[in-house]
Amino acid sequence: MKPTGRKPKLAVWKFSSCDGCQLSLLDCEDELLAVAGAIEIAYFLEATRAQIGGPYDLSLVEGSITTAHDADRIKEVRKRSRRLVTIGACATAGGIQALRNFKDVKELTAVVYARPDYIDTLATSTPISAHVPVDFELRGCPINKRQLIEVICAFLIGRKPVTPAHSVCVECKLRGNVCVMVAHGTACLGPVTHAGCGAICPSYDRGCYGCYGPMETPNVAALSEKLQRLGLPGHEVGRLYRTFNADAEPFRSEAERHGA
Amino acid sequence: MARRTIKVDALARVEGEGALHVTVRDGAVERAELRFYEPPRFFEALLRGRAYTEAPDIAARICGICPVAYQMSAVHAMEDALGVSIPQPLRDLRRLLYCAEWIESHALHIYMLHAPDFLGFEGAIDMARAHPGVVARGLALKKTGNDLMALLGGREVHPINVRVGGFYKVPRRRDLAAIAEGLKRARDVALETVKWVAGFDFPECERDYQLVALCPAAEYPFNEGRIVSSRGLDIAARDYDEHFEEEHVAHSTALHAHIRGRGAYLVGPLARYALNFDKLSPLARATARDIGLDRVCRNPYRSIMVRAIEVLYACDEALRLIESYAEPDAPCVALSPRAGVGHGCTEAPRGMLYHRYQLAADGTIISARIVPPTSQNQASIEEDLTICVGAWLDLPDDALRHRCEQTVRNYDPCISCATHFLRVDMNRV
Repeated sequence: MKPTGRKPKLAVWKFSSCDGCQLSLLDCEDELLAVAGAIEIAYFLEATRAQIGGPYDLSLVEGSITTAHDADRIKEVRKRSRRLVTIGACATAGGIQALRNFKDVKELTAVVYARPDYIDTLATSTPISAHVPVDFELRGCPINKRQLIEVICAFLIGRKPVTPAHSVCVECKLRGNVCVMVAHGTACLGPVTHAGCGAICPSYDRGCYGCYGPMETPNVAALSEKLQRLGLPGHEVGRLYRTFNADAEPFRSEAERHGA
Repeated sequence: MARRTIKVDALARVEGEGALHVTVRDGAVERAELRFYEPPRFFEALLRGRAYTEAPDIAARICGICPVAYQMSAVHAMEDALGVSIPQPLRDLRRLLYCAEWIESHALHIYMLHAPDFLGFEGAIDMARAHPGVVARGLALKKTGNDLMALLGGREVHPINVRVGGFYKVPRRRDLAAIAEGLKRARDVALETVKWVAGFDFPECERDYQLVALCPAAEYPFNEGRIVSSRGLDIAARDYDEHFEEEHVAHSTALHAHIRGRGAYLVGPLARYALNFDKLSPLARATARDIGLDRVCRNPYRSIMVRAIEVLYACDEALRLIESYAEPDAPCVALSPRAGVGHGCTEAPRGMLYHRYQLAADGTIISARIVPPTSQNQASIEEDLTICVGAWLDLPDDALRHRCEQTVRNYDPCISCATHFLRVDMNRV
């Protein structure tokens, strides 16, 4: 961002989500006050009543688009934002609520609500990029707070954020973990999942469950074959891909290929 | 006919998207409505057809602020359905994880969301300009909760280490010993926090709530206990559906929870505290007495004091659990799926959270029901707006609007949680 003699304005917007990704900003206990010193927090409803009008230098957008009203609102947010960054799996891939994209939303409504006629919702949950141009997408369900600070710093300086697009496998090796799949036969999506979490699950003796979504050019077919050789039935392989980034390719098609 | 409308179109410093609308006619509150326009996310429907093992991680995504509560109610419900019980060391670790969430969530609410109302700030960031030491102290307290959460759960939001039957990996004693030092400092900070909030000016407001909380035999409630009310209800979690119901109230589009034959009720810190005071640690009890907090507190604006006492308790309890921790032989118990129904009820920071699952013989979820605390409290919040706000009608609009917002924030409402809440009609009166 070019120096303009004033603090850049930050806005944080919420769409359909759990609030966890915007909470990650408040979870930066050591950095929050420094961030607030470097930028003007102009709109962040979860944190403050104060609202300063746009345009905003940087908008962080959490959540997916699931209502007609929100589809209009994100266009308005885009107009008022110089840079727009999506934070988290909902905003970047539609999130867990994108599981509706594979079902009949009328049936879902009838299951949960006594008066489905009161429910105003779209048939799909879609990422922000399906509606407006996005300058950068930060992965994760939830995002990693250190990566969030990196994104904010990068935009303040005007450089590209450093968030490697390789797999969780690489992070796992860097941590010196024993491979849970090779050593214990545990199903793990680490080889195809985007890095960023720091390989937390394998560090806790658990297989990666793909909450950061697909990495760049993942070889999902090879992984699925390996998972089946571990003894996982096909529909369970499909189910592994169909969680928090279910509608992100190639997780979507790989799940379909295995009958999820 | 004099009519006055107080509207807040987008509530700040709450989790999720809500609005409120209070209509005043002839000097009395005619109607108070808390409206949630958070889009529906259909969790109960999306859980159908998933494996029982997936419920804790999927349900956690209902709320990024209290994911542990969702994981805990889910694992207890599943273990109930499978007929397994959890050995003491794993049970203690779950309590410890819950301590972490209470410290983190309560510190967030006390310092960043609620205190600015009492001290006249828009939020914690501008409060930090006037009181940098206070906000830094709150952030340090919150960080200790998050550090404990990250150690036990792997990360602060949507922890990855919880599973039906226990954990994926249990901590070593030495890992916990390292964090105990931080918890001792946090306990001192919690003590300062209690004294700090006790000095706030509280609006006068006494409410005749029906209080509902879990009541375990010998400990302050986190993961288990009978469901008890201040008016004589005393049931097991498995009987929840027989006694509690949610329904559409005439002329309203929101779901209201109530107890059959007993009406609206209140869950959360005020209820837990009143129904379990004797089970607090000696330090927490003595501190409550020092600040003049009675055994029962019915002023919703003083809930910040009760939350502070609960943070103090959670630090104390975490230290006790760490002190007595023995590393378990295995991180989880063996499970085999079977057909059945399971119920789980635990205490989220903002109140009781109920889960019920029906499983097929292979462990596939046939149906799921989730009743979050904010949904249970909605009727009480609206009654507060009617009764408490009714006493302050001489305030100018801006001040009255702020007081209304504060009344909602007393509950630390989590709208993202409230999967039952509906979008409602904006046109009224």
